[in-house]
Amino acid sequence: MKITTKTFAANAREALNDTQLKTAMKRATAAFVGKRNQAVAEREDFEELRSYCGAVKAHTLDYLDHYLEQLVTSVERLGGQVHFAADGVEANQIVRELALTNDVETVVKAKSMLSEEIELNEALEAAGVTPIETDLGEYILQLDHDVPSHIIGPAIHKTKEQITALFHEHLGTPEDADIPTLTAAARQTLREGFLQADMGITGVNFAVAETGTLVLVENEGNIRLTTSLPRIHLAIMGLEKVIPRLEDLPAFLTVLSRSATGQRASSYVSLLTGARRPGEEEGPEAFHLLIIDNGRSAVLADPKLRDALRCIRCGACLNSCPVYQQVGGHAYGWVYSGPIGAVLDPGLLGLEETKQLPQASSLCGACGEVCPVKIPLPELLIEHRRRAVERGLSGRPERAGVGAFAFVATRPRLWELSTAMGRGGGRALSRDGYLQGGWLPLLKSWLEERDFPAPAATSFRQRWRELATDRDDR
Amino acid sequence: MRVALFATCLADQLFPEVAVATVRLLRHLDVEVDFPERQTCCGQPAYNAGYHQESRDIAAHHLEVFAGYEYVVLPSGSCGAMVKSHYPELFAEAPERYSSARDLAARTFELSTFIVEVLGRAEIGADLGGLRASYHDSCHALRFMGVREAPRRLLQAAGAELVETEGHDVCCGFGGLFSVKMAAISAAMAETKAHNIAASEADVLTSTDAGCLMQLQGSMRRQGIGTRVEHLAELLWHGVERAGAAG
Repeated sequence: MKITTKTFAANAREALNDTQLKTAMKRATAAFVGKRNQAVAEREDFEELRSYCGAVKAHTLDYLDHYLEQLVTSVERLGGQVHFAADGVEANQIVRELALTNDVETVVKAKSMLSEEIELNEALEAAGVTPIETDLGEYILQLDHDVPSHIIGPAIHKTKEQITALFHEHLGTPEDADIPTLTAAARQTLREGFLQADMGITGVNFAVAETGTLVLVENEGNIRLTTSLPRIHLAIMGLEKVIPRLEDLPAFLTVLSRSATGQRASSYVSLLTGARRPGEEEGPEAFHLLIIDNGRSAVLADPKLRDALRCIRCGACLNSCPVYQQVGGHAYGWVYSGPIGAVLDPGLLGLEETKQLPQASSLCGACGEVCPVKIPLPELLIEHRRRAVERGLSGRPERAGVGAFAFVATRPRLWELSTAMGRGGGRALSRDGYLQGGWLPLLKSWLEERDFPAPAATSFRQRWRELATDRDDR
Repeated sequence: MRVALFATCLADQLFPEVAVATVRLLRHLDVEVDFPERQTCCGQPAYNAGYHQESRDIAAHHLEVFAGYEYVVLPSGSCGAMVKSHYPELFAEAPERYSSARDLAARTFELSTFIVEVLGRAEIGADLGGLRASYHDSCHALRFMGVREAPRRLLQAAGAELVETEGHDVCCGFGGLFSVKMAAISAAMAETKAHNIAASEADVLTSTDAGCLMQLQGSMRRQGIGTRVEHLAELLWHGVERAGAAG
């Protein structure tokens, strides 16, 4: 996908003018937030679970080399093959070779944000292999040549009316088809794909180091079909997906499903431990695990940003973010959007490319409050802003402005003088208690869609001089 | 009891009535109020924009101005959160300043929390009977200072009917410099809130923070939504005046 992180503000303006998007985002995020809050309220120990899961992830990241080695040993012991890729190009090369040497013509795919990150579908198509997205949301996007806008609800930017029209065009469903009719049509088409596919590609929610178990969480059953019907199963994972012990899994599953969809448990949780064994009747003949770095080890090496790699991709920070709620995921310009995107994308793509994203927050703190692994998202947003300033990416006018402000704010008499002048100027431009025009660019952008009050004729500090002696109002 | 008032830039320059009401309320509750006149800004705008050296300079000035007071009270959760959450971190590498920052953080209170938790009062002799009040949770008050119950208890004790408006704890979109750097998004956030407030049919919108109220009022006025907007300090003080007039 084309990276448009640099034009976030412009993308956002465009998104704000899209009334269908607005409707879709409002419906979807309100539903996610409501369900999440209800599911979380049921668990009195949710705070402890968040702390626990955060701590397990932090520990794992601190000793990641150890746990990755353990994972490799465990998977190989089970007869699986493990591959490592430094970046997307290498990863796609490995997948392509795997497909070509095994005469793979069709691939069924489960939803994986990592595959979007490395543009796996494009690489498969270029090699003459047909990828079929089997997650309903991803399937919708594939039909429409669109990209996901949410970690777990990839097509939430579309209204059901838009999807009905899309299915009518591509699958021949009635123009006024209801949702069951639409899903039935998708199931029918996808079922054929499952039956003819030679390889199933999935992501990984958790990879358990001690047992080599891959854990996959879903609601549609498409992942289970993807991992059990084709003769080859390839799982791709970012190197941060490992957890140490099977014992840790229940806590992660609890926080993941409740944070993501507000479910007590997801409909399907698959624990895959190796390929088909002798004497077994089901499952793939061969199993491959591809572990991908693609910028993560640089994030890992950064003591502050490392925390962002705790992310278990639940999407709760997106749903709770009032900026994301307004503009949706595409405005962010890359695979990961919302608060986690604004924190992670600069780590993976570089701050120069993504410097607007950390500005896309009022720092309201809602994201930090819901994160199931306690990633300090608001602090990391500020950390990126600090680094942008440090690297001179914030622009000269801003730097000069803040410098002048600090100069004045540390000199009380100058402060009083300059604020008095500012108030006087503001009042000269005001009528009926409100400013009539902005002479500063900043004020002008405020006034586009909001009114701004006229400054006070008398500042509080001037009023204080009367108040200090006025004791009548006691 | 004697406290120092931190008026905050917004109240000082744009909404002096908020600070005046704060002084009157505190005096009404037998608290002596001092206003250290050398006070300026808490440094939050610079901090949030990533200018930590500039913010540190301003914070150092603020520490100096408010040294020696038992309590510092302010009509804002946002500036309070700056002092409480970020001052200690700003001076992490300057042991002496770090301990005065920790000390000031512990002595700094948002007004409603000060009244309810430090003075132990919820009933303050204010009469807001018959008023439907929608309370907007300022993000920084709520999430960084834990202010949730105090404003509600004060309003209810004064006889106001508390209207829990849809999205009352969702950000208004102000966010300091965010409101001008990302003006379109900021305004859209305010618009969503403004519609919810109009739909709640409250008589008055109130909050601990003048910044949120300036944003919301600015948006509501542009959209022709006439709900009255009053900072919690003003609203409560008017309640005290009304009770006094009746008594």
